[in-house]
Amino acid sequence: MTTKSAPPLMEVRGITKSFAGVQVLHHVTLDIQAGEVLGILGENGAGKSTLLKILSGIYQKTDGQILIEGEEVDLKSSAAAKALGIAMIPQEFNLISTLNVFENIFLGNEQKKYRLLDKKAMRKKTRELLQDLETEIDPNALIESLSVAQKQMVEIAKALVRDSRILIMDEPTTVLTSHEVKVLFKLVNKLRARGVTVIFISHKLKEVKQLCDRLAILRDGYLISLEPVTNLDEADMARKMVGRELNQIYPAKSTPSADVIFSVSDLSVKGVVSSVSFDLHAGEVLGFAGLIGAGRTEMAEAIMGLRQRASGVFRIKGQPATLRTPREAVERGLAYLSEDRQGKGLIMNFDIPQNITLISLRKYIRGLISRKQEIRQANDYRQRFDIKAATLQTHLINLSGGNQQKVYLAKWMDTEPEILILDEPTRGIDVNTKKEIYHFIQSLTEQGLAVIVISSEMEEIIGLSNRVIVMRSGSVMGTLEGDDINEEEIMYYAAGLKKSVA
Amino acid sequence: MNTRIDSISNSLPGLLKSRLAGVDLATYAPLIALVVLVVISAIASEHFLIPRNLTNVLRQVSYTGIIALGMTFVIIAGGIDLSVGSMVALVGVLTVMLINWLGDGWLSIFLAIGAAVLLGAFFGAINGLMITRGRIAAFIATLATMSIFRSLTLYISDAGEVVSQNQLYPEVGGGYLLSIPYPVWVFLLLAAAFHILLRHTAFGRYVCAVGSNAKVASYSAIKVRWIYFSTFVIGGATVGIAAVMLSSRLNSVSPGDAGMFYELDAIAAVVIGGTALSGGKGTVWGTVIGAIILGIINNMLNLMGVSPYLQGTVKGLVIIIAVLMQFKSNK
Repeated sequence: MTTKSAPPLMEVRGITKSFAGVQVLHHVTLDIQAGEVLGILGENGAGKSTLLKILSGIYQKTDGQILIEGEEVDLKSSAAAKALGIAMIPQEFNLISTLNVFENIFLGNEQKKYRLLDKKAMRKKTRELLQDLETEIDPNALIESLSVAQKQMVEIAKALVRDSRILIMDEPTTVLTSHEVKVLFKLVNKLRARGVTVIFISHKLKEVKQLCDRLAILRDGYLISLEPVTNLDEADMARKMVGRELNQIYPAKSTPSADVIFSVSDLSVKGVVSSVSFDLHAGEVLGFAGLIGAGRTEMAEAIMGLRQRASGVFRIKGQPATLRTPREAVERGLAYLSEDRQGKGLIMNFDIPQNITLISLRKYIRGLISRKQEIRQANDYRQRFDIKAATLQTHLINLSGGNQQKVYLAKWMDTEPEILILDEPTRGIDVNTKKEIYHFIQSLTEQGLAVIVISSEMEEIIGLSNRVIVMRSGSVMGTLEGDDINEEEIMYYAAGLKKSVA
Repeated sequence: MNTRIDSISNSLPGLLKSRLAGVDLATYAPLIALVVLVVISAIASEHFLIPRNLTNVLRQVSYTGIIALGMTFVIIAGGIDLSVGSMVALVGVLTVMLINWLGDGWLSIFLAIGAAVLLGAFFGAINGLMITRGRIAAFIATLATMSIFRSLTLYISDAGEVVSQNQLYPEVGGGYLLSIPYPVWVFLLLAAAFHILLRHTAFGRYVCAVGSNAKVASYSAIKVRWIYFSTFVIGGATVGIAAVMLSSRLNSVSPGDAGMFYELDAIAAVVIGGTALSGGKGTVWGTVIGAIILGIINNMLNLMGVSPYLQGTVKGLVIIIAVLMQFKSNK
């Protein structure tokens, strides 16, 4: 076989990845050309992050080959990937907040003179690099004093100082304002002009269309298409990404009753939530949309008594409720599934029954805790939610994200709530589990429960909600009903272009 | 109804499997170590298995062992208490002074024992308040009270030995029931009670939850600070009991060295017993075994004529080995 042109910069051949027997990547094959911006598009759980973690040496592939300039390479660690010129800009930055900019940029790569640190040279190099990136960051500034966008710039500079050829950016725009996104795109274009290859992971169609040369679309761990961006319009991308009509995932919405089960008025939390008021009806799904940092999570935590409130009056079924502590909120029939399943939701070294009964433990006390009853109840939930675990005694750390989420849901259902607040209920879980959770939410509303869904996934909000409240910077911008619940309307409000005066 | 029957029958093989899976080496490592140690000791010295020697070992172990039981709760909840040694001396001195003030007879002894437990709980509460309300790290707060309690002990007693005038007091720590010393009974009964408290009550479950992940615990409507605080109170109460056992045995307290390095022995017993210093998991029976292992090692060094100055070295090595084994099993 004779090839006229040089081999591509990087080639991925039949990459497969399984976690504990669950296959999350299926024979993905793609090539990456020198100096291009390759977009990788897919829904949450499509395998984007797994793929890029394999490319940057954080995960090990189960099967397949990776070639750089025609030579097979073994990316056995992130250090090995770095040595080959592959750098990743993670979503959560790996910067040390108590060190300053140049110290972070040269961390582990320090320049020395007579065995001592050559701070002068490092400062100079940092200044040049940052100027080159057209950012005005002081090399001596502490990382903790920087904005999120500035931290991202520092991460990029850190990658460039090591002469990286391939820069992987994992959803870099989710944490940026629209102005910062523009700056980032300018920068990516500059990098491309310098011959740096950029792999750009995103689930935002517009961005990808605007920035990338070619586009790889992943769905459920399969590579669905790989072609120049000019061949695709946004509708094509969406179809390939989702792969099914929306109504297949989302159940029919039930009709809420006119009874107000929970009302919040003038809820404020210093600095993050200002004077939020809303009514929640029995059998209703009320969506809370907004950008990251809109104050939705803080609002939910304030309702549950987990945050100090500056103001706020609550009524549950017409009766005033003080909701001073989480315990009181639970006793009044409220439940809150945090977005941070592992950090705030579940005890990872407890087994399934111990997690499920943690809030409702009083129900299981017959003098002492009745383990038998705990297990019986956990078994019921295991069947109802189809929780897949080797045994009930499996510790949560050994379950997949989707199964953890089901246990988390069971944990709160065991408190027999009437008002359920779900914060990013399907974050990081696979499409099938998502669907199960959507149907479960629907069945709860049929029984007359009221559900608040906070989500950053527009489709999820649109697919589930009877009404949608859009928040921005801690305030309610507007409430949408019926046909107004669509992506454009929500974005107008979320971006602050529109505000209803009610 | 059918589903219920199914679920029960489904759970049976699961239960069996998990019972077997539960028999991992890490959990039983302390017990295995104890058995090995007893066998080696029996071979190495003919005096070891003599009942009188064994009861002596158990008695020696019981003072720090009782404290280690309370320390188990503190450590599982994610804390540490370095003040227990000084607290033993302070509570001991105050208790003996109280007995002398109350006069002769059993009544004054019972009152004093009650007071000792309450005093210990009170000092533990001071630690707990500083840590939960003042948000001082447990290590620092109890390091400070370690110094304060010792200094107060010396001040109150004018650095002189405090001797009990009550003739009956030595019987508390020196008496036997079924030829086993009272302190050993107290240690074992308290261990049984604490095992139930940790394994089978909501409080114990909450202690583990708080130590595993305090944030998750607070989001699960658990009163995290109250639970954490309570572990220090429990720790203090066990110090009160230990102070009674120790001072009644000797019928006196010497303020300068009573309880010296007890914090080390108690923490060592907890760690050797398999409780994670990072909190979140541990067992009471592990602590009992840990305390006994330490006691046997001391005893053997004595029986074999090893210099007492070297005992600290051996103890230190055992702690290091125990932690290394934990670290390996966690990986």
